[in-house]
Amino acid sequence: MDLSFGAEYDEFRTEVQQFIAASSDKSPKQGGMGNAEAIAWQKILIEEGYAARTIPEQYGGYGAAPDIIKSRIISEEFSKAQISTGLGGQGISMLTPVLLEMGTEEQKQQFIKPTIHGEMIWCQGYSEPGAGSDLASLTTRAELDGDEWVINGQKIWTSTAHLADWIFCLVRTEPEAPKHQGISFLLFSMDTPGIEIRPLVDMTGDANFNEVFFTDVRVPKNQIVGQRGQGWQVANAILGHERGSLAPPDAAQSRLNGVIKLMNTESVNGERVIDNPVFRDRLMKIQGRVLAMKCNDMRLLSARINKGQDAKLAGMVVKLLGTELRHELEALAVDVMGEIGIAYGDNPHLRGSGSWQYQYMFYLGLIIGGGTSQIQKNIISERGLGMPREPKPAIKANA
Amino acid sequence: MEFGLSSEQILLQDSVNRFLSEQVPLDVVRKIATGESSDAQPWSGLTDLGIPGLMISEANGGLGLSSVDAAVVSELLGHHVTPSPFISSAIIAPALLQAASRREDLLGSVATGETRIGIAFAEGIGARNDAGLAVEGGKLSGKSLFALDADADYYLVSTGAQATYLVDASANGLARTNLTTVDLTRSTCELTYDKTEAELISDDPDVFRVAHDAGLVSLSADTLGTSQCALDQAVTYAGQREQFNRVIASFQAVKHMCAEMVAGLEPCRSMVWYAAHTLDEIPEESTMMASHTKAHLSEVGQFVTRTSTEVYGGMGFTDLVGLHYWFKRAGFNRQLLGSPELLRERAARAQGLAA
Repeated sequence: MDLSFGAEYDEFRTEVQQFIAASSDKSPKQGGMGNAEAIAWQKILIEEGYAARTIPEQYGGYGAAPDIIKSRIISEEFSKAQISTGLGGQGISMLTPVLLEMGTEEQKQQFIKPTIHGEMIWCQGYSEPGAGSDLASLTTRAELDGDEWVINGQKIWTSTAHLADWIFCLVRTEPEAPKHQGISFLLFSMDTPGIEIRPLVDMTGDANFNEVFFTDVRVPKNQIVGQRGQGWQVANAILGHERGSLAPPDAAQSRLNGVIKLMNTESVNGERVIDNPVFRDRLMKIQGRVLAMKCNDMRLLSARINKGQDAKLAGMVVKLLGTELRHELEALAVDVMGEIGIAYGDNPHLRGSGSWQYQYMFYLGLIIGGGTSQIQKNIISERGLGMPREPKPAIKANA
Repeated sequence: MEFGLSSEQILLQDSVNRFLSEQVPLDVVRKIATGESSDAQPWSGLTDLGIPGLMISEANGGLGLSSVDAAVVSELLGHHVTPSPFISSAIIAPALLQAASRREDLLGSVATGETRIGIAFAEGIGARNDAGLAVEGGKLSGKSLFALDADADYYLVSTGAQATYLVDASANGLARTNLTTVDLTRSTCELTYDKTEAELISDDPDVFRVAHDAGLVSLSADTLGTSQCALDQAVTYAGQREQFNRVIASFQAVKHMCAEMVAGLEPCRSMVWYAAHTLDEIPEESTMMASHTKAHLSEVGQFVTRTSTEVYGGMGFTDLVGLHYWFKRAGFNRQLLGSPELLRERAARAQGLAA
């Protein structure tokens, strides 16, 4: 058991802290894609090696060798200072790693630099109305006509489609093949004729997602990542990446600190909520779970650093536990405030700009999105415990 | 950075696991539980492996290993539902005597398995209606409930003010009555004192706290092993039992119960390791971590042992399968040294969130 990162890393941590002390005033006050301040900050971060750290210089990155500990230190220090760690979004977090691994040289040259610099915004076209948990049954079709794919169909849950310049999209190119082998991974501009975007208002009141319709959308043949029919493998590589990142324990810790602060300031009948033992017990229960997740995360980190260590099932439970935990944590904050907890929108009594109620609902979305809790349980029991798959039922007579 | 078991710890794990699997299987546990045999047999085998001296410093005649090593052993004792005086003699007693720097002379014979030291801490954690203990002129009167180890040679007794005393089991005015609990793999008794001679070990609540923390982490590790074994048994059984012409492991209802158990339990392993690590290396966090870990493991342990029983269906409810030994062990661990509610309050106090 050795929790220190060693002297070399202490030095690196000091460098990061010095950078933050000198530059944190340039961190954008507001996030959001296409925000000029955020783009300028991203440029500084890449130059200093705090964003796009391991992406080769020739593709616009910083070009450092992968070092899990340094990446962890950067994220810890930025989170402690509560400043932006740079741009996110599906182009950066999901498409870029895929292009690095499976893209052609031309695709890497064309897409990675503008993507990581926030000049090219992406959306992800995976889910469809008829293909949610059973994503591989998707039916949006792409047929080759000369040198172009012709795409017809519909996508849903497409966050940022209304802001996106480009889309990475799963389409069925081999309708005769078994469902997992008939999918291809295409890239195309959202300005292509035949694309219609309709915002999808969700329970938070915001349009966090969209529906996207394709009618005879024509895309150059070479805008495919991987081979024809390989799209499922490409997509799975990045879905695995998304699952863990939906519920990082550090974010839960930081929200928990917020709940403690809230319980110290809110009161009922003149008594601070933190002094009420019933509420305090709920807080402590949640804190125990946050601590368990943080320890689990240390084990995962250690297994990535030390070859030969096996984290076994520790990684498979993160999405399931982390999203449920956040939902309950936000729910506690709402209960702490009582009627004030249901304030929303322009209500003058909002606490924390209404983020507690908003996140409480938003995390219900994340329990469902990115592989529902029930799908996570199938994965844990089948891949983790080796329990058999549900036998296939007889096909419906007129399906 | 390395957060996990070292190769030496894995060797320790393998040797203890081999001994318990081969020498103390469930049919031996049953004999001890029904009084046909005693925990002297497993304890003597564990003594051959050096286990009683694990946490006793080398100067005091032990091995002077770490709390993570101790957690590895606790987990295995839980896994095999092994009856033994491990938590009292090998964990709490050395922690208390070494923190107080008092009567460390006893520890050499604890390490060799000749002496057993029982623990009567209930009064210092949360006195119950039936209890009551008074000290007058260095003599104890009243009683301690649920003292660990009915066969101990000495007892470390805590008062309500968390002062601790050493009492010789053969002292005048001490009576000892076995107390049956739901968990027959544990030996507990009631101690009644009538002006019984007692030696003050420490009147510093911080000394008590250190020993209490060590006990909490050990019980957490025990619950981890208990729960993991119950889960493993349930998954194995579900893969064999057939209904509706299918193994029940192929039903999503059963699979999801198992997945929920994994999801609850897997982070607990890391939590126990970290809590053990704080006992030795991060003392400013240890009381908060030990309290939270025992409370959290108690909740998860309860869920896992009852859900495993459900996976077994009716057979889980019988004595034939014996799964109830694991259910009851987790139930015992949950209450001992502080129930989850008391411990969460202790965790809140450790952070200054409660008075």
